[in-house]
Amino acid sequence: MATQSTVSFTLNGNPAEIRTDPIRRLSHVLREELSMTGTKVGCDAGDCGACTVLLDGRQVCSCMTPVAQVEGREVLTVEGLEAAGGRLAGLQESFHLHGAAQCGICTPGMLMAAADLLGRQEAPDDAAIQDALGGVLCRCTGYKTIVSAVRHAIEPNGIALDDPGPGEAVGARVPKTDGRRKVDGSEIFGADGAPADSLWMRAVRSPHWSATFAVGDLQPLFDAHPGLVRVIGPADVPALNAFGVYPHIKDQPVLADGEVKYRGEPVLALVGDYESVHGIRDEDLPIDYEIRPHVHGIEGAMAEGAPIVHAGRDDNVMGRGFVKKGDAEAALAESDIVVEGSFETAFVEHAYIEPEAGWARRIGDRLEMAATTQAPHMDRDEIANVLGLPVDAVHVLPCACGGGFGGKIDGGLQVLLAAAAWNLDRPVRTVFNRIESMASTTKRHPSRTSGTYGCTKDGRLTAYRFHGDFNTGAYVSFGLTVKDRVPVHATGPYHVPNVLATSAGLYTNEPPAGAFRGFGVPQSALLHDMLMDMMAERCGIDPLEFRHINAIRVGDATATGQVLKASAGLAACLEGLRPHWKKARAEAEAFNARASGVLRRGVGVGCMWYGCGNTSMPNPSTLHMGLSRAGEVTLYSGAQDIGQGINTTAMQCAADGLGIALSRINLVWGDTDLTADAGKTSASRQAYISGNAAKFAGEDLRRQILRLANVGDDAQIAFGKGRLVVRDGEAVREIDLAALPLTRDSDVLVGEGTFDPPTEPSDEFGQGTPYATYAFAAHMAEVEVDVALGTVKVRRMVAAHDVGKSLNPQQVEGQIDGGVAQGLGLALMEEYVPGRTENLHDYLIPTVGDMPEIDYVVVEDPEPTGPWGAKGIGEPTLIPTPPAIFGAIYHATGVRLTRAPATPDRVRAAILAHNGGAKG
Amino acid sequence: MASYLRPRDLESALAAMAETPRTIVAGGTDYYPARVGRPLDDDVLDVTGIESLKAIEDLGDRYRIGALVTWTQTIEAKLPPMFDGLKRAAREVGGVQVQNSGTVVGNVCNASPAADGVPNLLALDAEIELASRDATRSVPIGAFVTGNRRTVRARDEIVTGISIPKPAEGTTSSFLKLGARHYLVISIVMTAGVLEPAPDGTVASLRLAVGSCSAVARRLDALEDALRGRPVDAGLQDAVAEDHLAVLSPIDDVRGTGEYRMDAALTLVRRTLAELGSA
Repeated sequence: MATQSTVSFTLNGNPAEIRTDPIRRLSHVLREELSMTGTKVGCDAGDCGACTVLLDGRQVCSCMTPVAQVEGREVLTVEGLEAAGGRLAGLQESFHLHGAAQCGICTPGMLMAAADLLGRQEAPDDAAIQDALGGVLCRCTGYKTIVSAVRHAIEPNGIALDDPGPGEAVGARVPKTDGRRKVDGSEIFGADGAPADSLWMRAVRSPHWSATFAVGDLQPLFDAHPGLVRVIGPADVPALNAFGVYPHIKDQPVLADGEVKYRGEPVLALVGDYESVHGIRDEDLPIDYEIRPHVHGIEGAMAEGAPIVHAGRDDNVMGRGFVKKGDAEAALAESDIVVEGSFETAFVEHAYIEPEAGWARRIGDRLEMAATTQAPHMDRDEIANVLGLPVDAVHVLPCACGGGFGGKIDGGLQVLLAAAAWNLDRPVRTVFNRIESMASTTKRHPSRTSGTYGCTKDGRLTAYRFHGDFNTGAYVSFGLTVKDRVPVHATGPYHVPNVLATSAGLYTNEPPAGAFRGFGVPQSALLHDMLMDMMAERCGIDPLEFRHINAIRVGDATATGQVLKASAGLAACLEGLRPHWKKARAEAEAFNARASGVLRRGVGVGCMWYGCGNTSMPNPSTLHMGLSRAGEVTLYSGAQDIGQGINTTAMQCAADGLGIALSRINLVWGDTDLTADAGKTSASRQAYISGNAAKFAGEDLRRQILRLANVGDDAQIAFGKGRLVVRDGEAVREIDLAALPLTRDSDVLVGEGTFDPPTEPSDEFGQGTPYATYAFAAHMAEVEVDVALGTVKVRRMVAAHDVGKSLNPQQVEGQIDGGVAQGLGLALMEEYVPGRTENLHDYLIPTVGDMPEIDYVVVEDPEPTGPWGAKGIGEPTLIPTPPAIFGAIYHATGVRLTRAPATPDRVRAAILAHNGGAKG
Repeated sequence: MASYLRPRDLESALAAMAETPRTIVAGGTDYYPARVGRPLDDDVLDVTGIESLKAIEDLGDRYRIGALVTWTQTIEAKLPPMFDGLKRAAREVGGVQVQNSGTVVGNVCNASPAADGVPNLLALDAEIELASRDATRSVPIGAFVTGNRRTVRARDEIVTGISIPKPAEGTTSSFLKLGARHYLVISIVMTAGVLEPAPDGTVASLRLAVGSCSAVARRLDALEDALRGRPVDAGLQDAVAEDHLAVLSPIDDVRGTGEYRMDAALTLVRRTLAELGSA
């Protein structure tokens, strides 16, 4: 037992007293001992600021404050902000109205940092706002709306809630329907909602890249730690000690069984009281590792005599992708201009501010779980598989997701928690610490790509030959998706008559590379758009105009031979950028002509296309909409909101499908007992697919109501108490809902909507219709390079996106801001080095001070299969940013960098090499 | 068994340290990050209850920064321009949260090669004041930090403050920090400079230190010698030669290559001199 002492302080204006270990982190005491879970924990190291609270009016990280130090002092948390009154009370509403909270996990920290500022300065300018927020990381918003929210909490800008009437919800700038609980600290994330009697689980992870191991006698451990209840090993996994995102590939063990393939792989799970499981040091466990040679990096995997990561895969190749159209070799040989290039990218960490967390309990023959996730129904199915249960014996409960970006689909935490809870008669919870999260969970695939592009001298593309190698890490995860998605998208959003695109995924003893906003497409976009710039230069054509000439248009065939029938808005995006481009290019060139110092400016453009939904396979969503006897309308959605806003957009679609006001609709979400499978939140599919399903569910319910009322299609639906009122011209029909029989739970009528985008499997040449629709985008970046230091500042981005239909402009802009921020990070600073950058001070993501001004060009070229024409927006926002920045660096300096991130040392080295080694 | 003490006065603290050496905690901004995922099981002496260590004092011929003076306190204190560099460093330590809790002395004691405060304190000719139950002593900061995470503090000693001699009237200072992002960043290179002008408008002394380019931040003695007596103007930077940085030994790490650090250090030193010369 550690020392205990009594700490008395003022908490949110009220006296508080707690007897606790005085060295405990204030964040831990607030959350676990005082049940104030509004304060979030992202890193326990002062790197993310999520835990920010005010101590005597000043912002501090509660994760670095010994609770003893608050003795006699005043602590203010997000829960006390409204009651604090004055200017602070308006902050939360301003955050809500400006869309400043996406996933909401950083929001309490942001609010408290802003509260410090507003309590101290009468009228802070943007620079002061940035300084105040500089210690809080956000991974969703790109900070832009947060700065606006703080600015306009001081000077309200008249922004108001849209309250759209019947038929007006789609396209309205509606704040998040679940937004208020993200700003008041009440949202329940993975670490927040565990039952009070939960035991804690902590995974013990391999410190070695590759090893066999044996676990010795654990009894001494139990003797030394009476609070240790159970140690879970592979033999405790009830049915199948394996999981994986594909139904047919379950290659990753829940707990390693005698062999580990990467550092961070779970070996055992300790279950007991908090002190015990966190007090036991891994090195004190009787685990004997026998270290084997390991494989790192793409080159390592392909090296002669490389260790074999998976038996039977002697070449370490996980899989290969292939697309062939026409005859690329012959066409390249005949092309007027041929350019070649290669590109290299690093592991990129999702760096969501919420580490993996959740809890589970066994209730008889069922298992119940709430854990941070992007895919509740996939979790259900995976858990059922591991436990050997029918899927309906697993109940996944709603849990807010504090950022995902592809990193919270694999479910390693879920299966481990499930296995532990199944063996115990008490709930079990776990929270990964930041180092553990970064070491063990999936990453963006590192890549090495090379390509040869040909065009005519008047700038028409003729052929592309491409190969990309991708490091898929120790297990498959989403590796197959990446190796298939990349060849389809490798050309970029251009019309190319002849294509030969191949890819390979390679196993290494590194963290599994999986889904991450773009599935390999951002990596290949860096190459194809660098080659566009090179060809444009050779042709003497402006880089933007070169892309405009070649932009794939309706009637053109893609690399897979798919003829686009509609909604191909790249040319329109480029046309939207054109005036910005001309002006910015001219200004940058004028700046450089005048420049005598070390600063040079440049402007670049990057383009992308992105197939919405899974590649060449079905991926339906089903949503329901019910009408209860009380006259309440509820949307039942299994589409997981990870901050991107599907809770809101699905309700907008359903409202207009049914024809009632958005404000009349309730939402039930994320509960696998109450909602149908709406697939996973990935592949930019939710707005397009689940949005459609929501619309269809609303329309189905409307049809049933109109049939019941026996009125025509144009009738208006309204509600009285327990009654449904349907007006059709002069006729008014009233239906007594209480008289209707229940069809499902408390609902008397239930509409159902299902949408599965029409795709076709590919043939042996990769030809087919892998996606029903594609999103298009073009970004323009303006940068300033300090050529003596190699530092790059992105000054402004203009983002043009063909979204088909902007279902909610605030959310479209929010996705763009966040995607630009992540693209900027990928381009300039983000490089995950396994074993070395497993924290948020060695692994850097952009802060509020790194963000450029962002302008939007929204193109609505409707997609006939989408809801009101809408397509996806999530991933497309990241993909064009890096090539635009790299192009801008070239424009500024004449240096063509071929490795991301473009860190200062790499930029400087390239500039020196370009200048023939001359310094200065 | 872990124990925790938070004494109210220095005497009790020193007595406790004489009895059992303990991990000293002030702002906690280095203590907790070093223990992510690990138990908090060391014997701790929390010094934040000691009021006498909380002030920045003008002692006539010198300034004294108490061991509990935070970065924010440094920023907000009314201090002459010789402290502008230190204040600039203070604004670039972590985020405001870290500035509010973290102490200047803690930064020195943590002895990171990238400690934001050390180059300025080197250039200010600061001395570190230490106390134990039986003695006190003062050590120049250059001798106090001996290596990566190593200092000469004895196990029973507490650093009580930093003493900074008052230079001539008109002394100015500068600090530059290069990082791969804005805010919350560990430096790739840092430079600090303190310029004491002579009455005739030449350099009486210009003390320069570079951080993150060696295990301990280093003064550039050879360059300082070359600068003495030169006119104070923007041309100061012309005195810099690559050889002046020979005392640095930067390493390759995730933030940059050693070669780059050397190159960037040269640029930052020149910029520091340009700024000091033209102020």
